[in-house]
Amino acid sequence: MIKAILIFNNHGKPRLSKFYQPYSEDTQQQIIRETFHLVSKRDENVCNFLEGGLLIGGSDNKLIYRHYATLYFVFCVDSSESELGILDLIQVFVETLDKCFENVCELDLIFHVDKVHNILAEMVMGGMVLETNMNEIVTQIDAQNKLEKSEVRMENAIIKEGSQHDDNLRMICSFHCLSFSITL
Amino acid sequence: MVVPSLKLQDLIEEIRGARTQAQEREVIQKECAHIRASFRDGDPMLRHQQLAKLLYVHMLGYPAHFGQMECLKLIASSRFTDKRVGYLGAMLLLDERHDAHLLITNSIKNDLSQGIQPVQGLALCTLSTMGSAEMCRDLATEVEKLLLQPSPYVRKKAILTAVHMIRKVPELSNVFLPPCAKLLHERHHGILLGTVTLITELCERSPEALRHFRKVVPQLAQILQTLVTTGYSTEHSISGVNDPFLQVQILHLLRILGRNHEESSETMNDLLAQVATNTDTSRNAGNAVLFETVLTIMDIRSTAGLRVLAVNILGRFLHNSDRNIRYVALTSLLRLVQSDHSAVQRHRPTVVECLQETDASLSRRALELSLALVNGSNVRAMMQELQAFLESCPPDLRADCASGILLAAERFAPTKRWHIDTILHVLTTAGTHVRDDAVANLTQLIGGAQELHAYSVRRLYNALAEDISQQPLVQVAAWCIGEYGDLLLEGNFEEIEPLQVEEEEVLALLEKVLQSHMSLPATRGYALTALMKLSTRLRGDNNRIRQVVSIYGSCLDMELQQRAVEYDTLFRKYDHMRAAILEKMPLVERGGPQVDEEAKESKEAAQLSEVAPAPTESQASQLLDLLDLLDGASGNAQHPPLLDPSPGGALVHLLDLPCAPPPPAPIPDLKVFEREGVQLNLSFIRSPENPALLLIIITATNSSESDVTHFICQAAVPKSLQLQLQAPSGNTVPAQGGLPITQLFRILNPNKAPLRLKLRLTYNHFGQSVQEIFEVNNLPVESWQ
Repeated sequence: MIKAILIFNNHGKPRLSKFYQPYSEDTQQQIIRETFHLVSKRDENVCNFLEGGLLIGGSDNKLIYRHYATLYFVFCVDSSESELGILDLIQVFVETLDKCFENVCELDLIFHVDKVHNILAEMVMGGMVLETNMNEIVTQIDAQNKLEKSEVRMENAIIKEGSQHDDNLRMICSFHCLSFSITL
Repeated sequence: MVVPSLKLQDLIEEIRGARTQAQEREVIQKECAHIRASFRDGDPMLRHQQLAKLLYVHMLGYPAHFGQMECLKLIASSRFTDKRVGYLGAMLLLDERHDAHLLITNSIKNDLSQGIQPVQGLALCTLSTMGSAEMCRDLATEVEKLLLQPSPYVRKKAILTAVHMIRKVPELSNVFLPPCAKLLHERHHGILLGTVTLITELCERSPEALRHFRKVVPQLAQILQTLVTTGYSTEHSISGVNDPFLQVQILHLLRILGRNHEESSETMNDLLAQVATNTDTSRNAGNAVLFETVLTIMDIRSTAGLRVLAVNILGRFLHNSDRNIRYVALTSLLRLVQSDHSAVQRHRPTVVECLQETDASLSRRALELSLALVNGSNVRAMMQELQAFLESCPPDLRADCASGILLAAERFAPTKRWHIDTILHVLTTAGTHVRDDAVANLTQLIGGAQELHAYSVRRLYNALAEDISQQPLVQVAAWCIGEYGDLLLEGNFEEIEPLQVEEEEVLALLEKVLQSHMSLPATRGYALTALMKLSTRLRGDNNRIRQVVSIYGSCLDMELQQRAVEYDTLFRKYDHMRAAILEKMPLVERGGPQVDEEAKESKEAAQLSEVAPAPTESQASQLLDLLDLLDGASGNAQHPPLLDPSPGGALVHLLDLPCAPPPPAPIPDLKVFEREGVQLNLSFIRSPENPALLLIIITATNSSESDVTHFICQAAVPKSLQLQLQAPSGNTVPAQGGLPITQLFRILNPNKAPLRLKLRLTYNHFGQSVQEIFEVNNLPVESWQ
């Protein structure tokens, strides 16, 4: 089971934090800080696995991380997950982000955190791997985004119609006034 | 007035623009105030924007609990935009510890049954992340219905939600077990992945489910076969391997199903061999599958040939240049070392090489594996490697390495001298990281190896002379020098260059330890006692020692001060007893870890008894007189019951007794003393379950006309027996048959030695103080045979 997924930058600023087990807010922040501390100490050419800190439940848990440019992607898992499999999962996640955002960079993650959450929710659910087919995930995300946009468009259209209706009404009134005054 | 609130992007810009933490906090606080106001009476259409901002702020670590109710409102709204943010908020802000979380159950129920597919997806996702046990129970039927819906998108999510529900409410396994078999026939990989996960969870929770699902093994094998043999498919392949995630999950499930089950294992053998040989291992995905295969092969009842293949694959991976592969190989070998020890031994040289890794994770794994591989035949070579590693390893591994080496040395030491050398080496390299009982173990070991006393004390002296900072080493060295100082000065050792050690040098070294600011109080105690012992072992005069001892009589540390004062008293008043008290210590018996505690206690008690506390001078000296009469050695001083407890060893057996006095055995009572109406009787009790234990109850009665007051009875037994006196029922026997005093003696006689008992009575009678000392004759034979 995946216990937590964290993304933070080289200075420890969190860019995404998702916990699949209940922790208090303070504990969550502590976990982020501790994880950054452990991961930032690592050299460039060592393996991608770390034994977890004291906070995330003891000796059964591992941290599996990957460093891309300015971001660390860290998955905290227990012993039932395959370590190499999780490495691949991180890769799939990043590739999916790349496809959804078109050459994703840190700024995209900063300004569209909610979208990143949505993408992640299509891949990992309740701490378990849901879908790893990139195309499926992207199709779903696109469909949902379209749904949102069409909702907004509809609402805007109603508002515009309403204001158009108002405008028409005003024009007719003024016309009538004019014609009235002319007839007068 | 409506304050124009920032859009999420603008807020993020502002936060990033803040130069200091304080500025950031200010921006966020201002914005939170806006958000709160807008929640109260803002435009409902823009509510989702406000919540999105709040969630961002929450991620940075600021409090956001006031948004919880907004999540509920947004989830209940009919717009997809609202629901999306609302459910996300619920996942981030609500969990089962907040009571508010139950309020979304109803919304989820509505969305699950009537919502469009994306909305159902959102609801399922939220339920699987933060669903509590109550929520799961309420919504189980809804989720079950969704398992059979046509849309694969919703079904795969429903399956994983079912896994979460079973984790929270195990009874729901009955609900979700039946659909599994049908779901396995699906072709959609997402559904298959979820189903395999679900079946794994069910099997891990109940043995009946395990038996039930053994019959799907052929089907699983079929699916795996298709995956492995199908050519390149763009859909699910990752670097050329067809859906490695599904393959790994299936292999994991096969492992669980095949464990300890011949039939299932047989069905899998061919398939596993196929996967092991055909998987492309040039990329990570293939290696992931291969590893899972190896683990499965080793866990089920596979053929011998297959097992050899598996271990060889692991061995190959140990040489792989990719560090991740080496890490996973070491982890897998660690799992196998218990069951296939000889197979893993073949890779010992490679494992030992891995100790030299610069990568901390790898060297830690290599250390654990190396320690597990130590056995009787390779212990010398392995110890050399491990000791070399200890000298250069990173500090967080030192403690584990040191205790591992000591443990392995204890189990497999070929000779005592090698054992002592090893422990010595560990103490000098990593002294501060060893466990507390290492000191006790080493002194025990040295004490027991009589032929090595000279050698040990010499080496310890040399080590101490070089470095007095490692506390465990200093403690052991001080103890040894104290005990065997005479051997140190004799100067004849084989194999070590004979170097004459002067008495003055030894004393100077111990004084240095005493004065050093690096020495712990316990270490100082060791050093002081050692100095004291040397006063009898060395031939020179003791002025220097006496000086040191008297200086420490005014030391601020309570323990040291007490010892120093006692030693000083020993010099001044009991000089004639000094030699006897400071004799070489007897070897303490050692058993399991529990008995270790008692061995330590008894050593402490023995050490305490070496330094006999002098409550009142006459009592102490006359007690010792008693003992001298019995067998002339000092050994175990018997204290009156108000002072220290008896040696710990006795306590174990004594605790076996029930609290109530045991039923009397038929040993006749004995009248031992009579004088002017004061009589003393002994009754003996032995328990058949515990023949080593003898209880004696003394009863003092008074038939005279005057009260007996200040009655004290003391006793002594031969050294091979142990005596404990309990507090008497009182000190006064009223006149003319008043209430007698009773007192209980407990005697441990494991060797069935002949019982001898000497008693000393003091009391006041008829206005005079009476003292009687006598040995009890005619003790019944049944009391000790």
